[in-house]
Amino acid sequence: MAVSARPRQALAIVGAIGLALSATACGTGSSSNGGSSNADSAECAPYEDYQGHEGKTVNIYSSIRDIEADRLAESWKQFEDCTGITINHEGSGEFEAQLPVRVDGGNAPDLAFIPQPGLLARFAERNQLKPASAETKAMAEQNYSPDWLKYSTVNGTFYGAPLGSNVKSFVWYSPKMFQENGWTVPTTWDQMIQLSDTIAQSDVKPWCAGIESGDATGWPATDWIEDVMLRTQTPEVYDQWTTHEIPFNDPRVAEALDRAGTILKNDKYVNGGFGGVRSIATTSFQEAGVPITQGKCALHRQASFYANQWPEGTRVAEDGDVFAFYFPAIDPAKGKPVLGGGEFVTAFADRPEVQAVQTYLASGEYANSRAKIGDWVSANNKVDLANVANPIDKLSVEILQDDSTVFRFDGSDLMPAAVGAGTFWKGMVDWINGGNTASVLQGIESSWK
Amino acid sequence: MTTTTPPVAAGAQETSGRPTRAARVRKRLNTHTATMVAIVIAVVWTIPTFGLLVSSFRPENQIKTTGWWTFFRDPEFTLQNYQEVLFGQSASSGQLASYFVNSLVITLPAVLFPLAFAALAAYALAWINFRGRDWVYIAIFALQIVPLQMALVPLLSFFSRGVSLGGITLMPAWNLDGAQNFAQVWFAHTCFALPFAVYLLHNFISQLPKDLMEAARVDGATHPKIFRTIVLPLVAPALAAFGIFQFLWVWNDLLVGLIFAGGSDVTAPLTVRLAELAGTRGNEWQRLTAGAFVSIVVPLIVFLSLQRYFVRGLLAGSVKG
Amino acid sequence: MDFDFAEQAPKLMMLLWGLVAFAVVVGGLLVLLDAVPAFFARRREARFVAASASGAPLPGGRPRSREGLFATFFLLPTVVLLLIGLVVPALRTTLLSFMDGGSQNFVGLDNYRWMFADDSIVRVLLNTLVWVTLVPLVATSIGLIYAVLVDKARLEAVAKSLIFMPMAISFVGASIIWKFVYAFRSEEQEQIGLLNQIVVSLGGEPRQWLLDSPLNTLLLIVIMVWIQAGFAMVVLSAAIKAIPADIVEAARLDGVSPWQMFWQITLPSIRPALIVVVVTISIATLKVFDIVRTSTNGNYDTSVIANEMYNQAFRYGQNGQGSALAVFLFVLVIPIVIFQIRNLRQQRREG
Repeated sequence: MAVSARPRQALAIVGAIGLALSATACGTGSSSNGGSSNADSAECAPYEDYQGHEGKTVNIYSSIRDIEADRLAESWKQFEDCTGITINHEGSGEFEAQLPVRVDGGNAPDLAFIPQPGLLARFAERNQLKPASAETKAMAEQNYSPDWLKYSTVNGTFYGAPLGSNVKSFVWYSPKMFQENGWTVPTTWDQMIQLSDTIAQSDVKPWCAGIESGDATGWPATDWIEDVMLRTQTPEVYDQWTTHEIPFNDPRVAEALDRAGTILKNDKYVNGGFGGVRSIATTSFQEAGVPITQGKCALHRQASFYANQWPEGTRVAEDGDVFAFYFPAIDPAKGKPVLGGGEFVTAFADRPEVQAVQTYLASGEYANSRAKIGDWVSANNKVDLANVANPIDKLSVEILQDDSTVFRFDGSDLMPAAVGAGTFWKGMVDWINGGNTASVLQGIESSWK
Repeated sequence: MTTTTPPVAAGAQETSGRPTRAARVRKRLNTHTATMVAIVIAVVWTIPTFGLLVSSFRPENQIKTTGWWTFFRDPEFTLQNYQEVLFGQSASSGQLASYFVNSLVITLPAVLFPLAFAALAAYALAWINFRGRDWVYIAIFALQIVPLQMALVPLLSFFSRGVSLGGITLMPAWNLDGAQNFAQVWFAHTCFALPFAVYLLHNFISQLPKDLMEAARVDGATHPKIFRTIVLPLVAPALAAFGIFQFLWVWNDLLVGLIFAGGSDVTAPLTVRLAELAGTRGNEWQRLTAGAFVSIVVPLIVFLSLQRYFVRGLLAGSVKG
Repeated sequence: MDFDFAEQAPKLMMLLWGLVAFAVVVGGLLVLLDAVPAFFARRREARFVAASASGAPLPGGRPRSREGLFATFFLLPTVVLLLIGLVVPALRTTLLSFMDGGSQNFVGLDNYRWMFADDSIVRVLLNTLVWVTLVPLVATSIGLIYAVLVDKARLEAVAKSLIFMPMAISFVGASIIWKFVYAFRSEEQEQIGLLNQIVVSLGGEPRQWLLDSPLNTLLLIVIMVWIQAGFAMVVLSAAIKAIPADIVEAARLDGVSPWQMFWQITLPSIRPALIVVVVTISIATLKVFDIVRTSTNGNYDTSVIANEMYNQAFRYGQNGQGSALAVFLFVLVIPIVIFQIRNLRQQRREG
């Protein structure tokens, strides 16, 4: 413990707290030695293109916090050391609400990791974003598929590359339970329904689900609908739906809801370990899959990041306690539709050092640097699978890099927030609680102006 | 609002005279019921918090699967939650102690400034005779309804862009850095606290005896002198009372801290760190059980040690005029 | 551990600066107000002497405007801060309420039309009414009853801090606390919510408390009452203690029953404090949004105006609609303001 007690009052005031804390020493502060760079050493060779901004600072704002924020800081540590750029990252749980306040108040961060293309478009349309530099754009085009880049392109202007990603089209299950009961992983929708019927005949409920998420309650259900929509319709229709070229209460959307309803609103299928259909609304999404580990339910549809929600000691692996299979397509001939999400590195400033960081974050070097630290998935095609340790992350990266994959972004993040984070969420809550498909869709449609 | 003391009402006189035995029995019964009611309220009020306290000592999987009362049947005790809150796993968010210092640095001036300004204003509104003072008072009172959220953007813009009118800069941007950001937080908290502070203090100051003030005026005392030598000592306890409320609000504030202090461990208050504890997807919320108790310690000490002040504080307000 | 006191030094320096600024501003203001009039008084005296010597007309004093001058300086810091921090934002909000979501074009009364055309908003209005009627009433009553009951009781300080505690808990903590009360688990599982555990142990079936309207609104109101009763109790308890002892003693000698004492002595004596409490809680209730936001986010027919306002302005980027709702809040407070004006008039008459 470094006690450099220059000002005496400081010591007096903080003394008590400090003494209490010094008893248990732990945690390491990551103090970046901003300014001094060792640009000439060999390990700094990959950062040659980003040199010349020594002593500069770049502020980043995102929704990533706690341990994941530590991992972020670690991932660009070497970049900081080599270029002399200091990166200040701030993560907040109130990111979506606070970012517009800061931007409107003239206190925007240099870079923000925006997980909603809809929000990104709003900033772009209000001329509050800086377009990505030519270097960033070139780097992004090199490393990401056009499917991804179109989400950060507004009216022909490109605003930034994706960073992390997640695959949402997963169904979690217990390999152990499957083996004991002789169940097999389904590869088509029909097989999945058959399996559900088989399981329903035993005393285990086949599915568990939960859509409670505090002030974001409802989003897991919107993911369900989007995944089914991608399977019952072509990707083009999905795009028309998310851009409001077809109305929200189009019969094709209703069809998707009704099909999802055959599982979610089926009392024979749900809600293992929690109760009936109505319990879905009040079950938190973090806990929703946990009954799988207790043998109370068999299947849970949730994104790759659910790997971190399992109780401590649960082994996530293909032969472990839990694992996930790809949410099967209805017609495999149509390819492999994948629903996912991710965040985009967008700039509110165009100082050269900001652009350098923005370019670096789009690079393969960065993606691999972050992937090595673990628990991370990216659609960056430079990601080396050998750097991805976690089996579910590996599966996600494989799916994202697979040529037959038809990727589509989470629809509710594409829609205007009033719908995508408002009436769509609320509509799903009503729908789960017994609201009929037509009136729920009508309500959402009328809110979309 | 002068305290009106009603004469002992007619009803009371009818039962005057020596209390009968029946009345004494009834009285004892009354006190028993009274004690019971008080205990019931206290228990109902405390149980939820007590549940949180018990939970904060339980391991994560227990918190998430069984009720806190099972702790007494099957005690599984752990300090893990406190360990994580106090000594943190997250290196990038810094040490908790640092946030503690931040909260203190934010709270002290954010209590003192509104207190002093509101006392001055309340005195002027109560005892200086000027045109339109009632309207000023009512306007300040009504400002209590302005939602904090609506004031965030303009105030932030005031700090980061300054004020300019028709191309002329009336006030440059503040351009604060690091610890200087505290000034913004103080400023914001002071603005938001003033309407209630003026309202509350006006209630006390305006109830001071009129003759006292007039006597002082006749003696040739100026307003600043009356304010310092007569009003302040008399309502000092009331000031302490408001100070404690303001302390609680500032200490527990998250919104103003988030916007004006930023989230770095250089300036952000304790609440910002606590909100972060739940993890990126809110899956670690069990840590908040311990977090809540870590952050409650200081306000509770303040309340308990100043409780006597509360009583005396409001006592001063009803000195009979 | 890297807890470095040197790192804290700039913060504590800043605190020192803040305190110095405080001393300078407040002290300076008082000194200035003392010194300047004294200076002018001396000058006037000097002129008076000079004038009487030269035989010129005497300069007339204007005490009335001097009062105005004092008032100006006493009010200056408050008024300036309020202008910057609240008045400008309130005006801006009013202006924005006539503009579109991006605050770029004027749309006239569209946002207000939207507000009243939307069915769900009527529900929100009704809920707000329920809140603003019940919370001040119940919180003040409980606070008052408790204050009367524990007055002069043994362990009074402890008893009071129990009720006060909810005020001292940060909102983050409070939301977890109530999660442990209203949580639902199916019948075959162990309950983790206290309320359902009670229902189950009485042989009932567990319920999803926050799902069924209108019960859910009442249950959310309980949370607000839980927090606000502490405020009411503290203020009212102090007011009760301030009732002059001789009045209470006189009444007691007259053999007044506790019931009569409460209605005829206590209640009239603490009327001013009661008004402060009711008004303050009413305004806080009109602005309540975080309880609703974290518990249900306004789902299941529980939304209130401030929650809608927050969602529209901050999450949906609909500044116009959010501002219109905020303006509506200003409108709702008008009855309280009128009440306050009447109060003030009455006070002036009595004074």
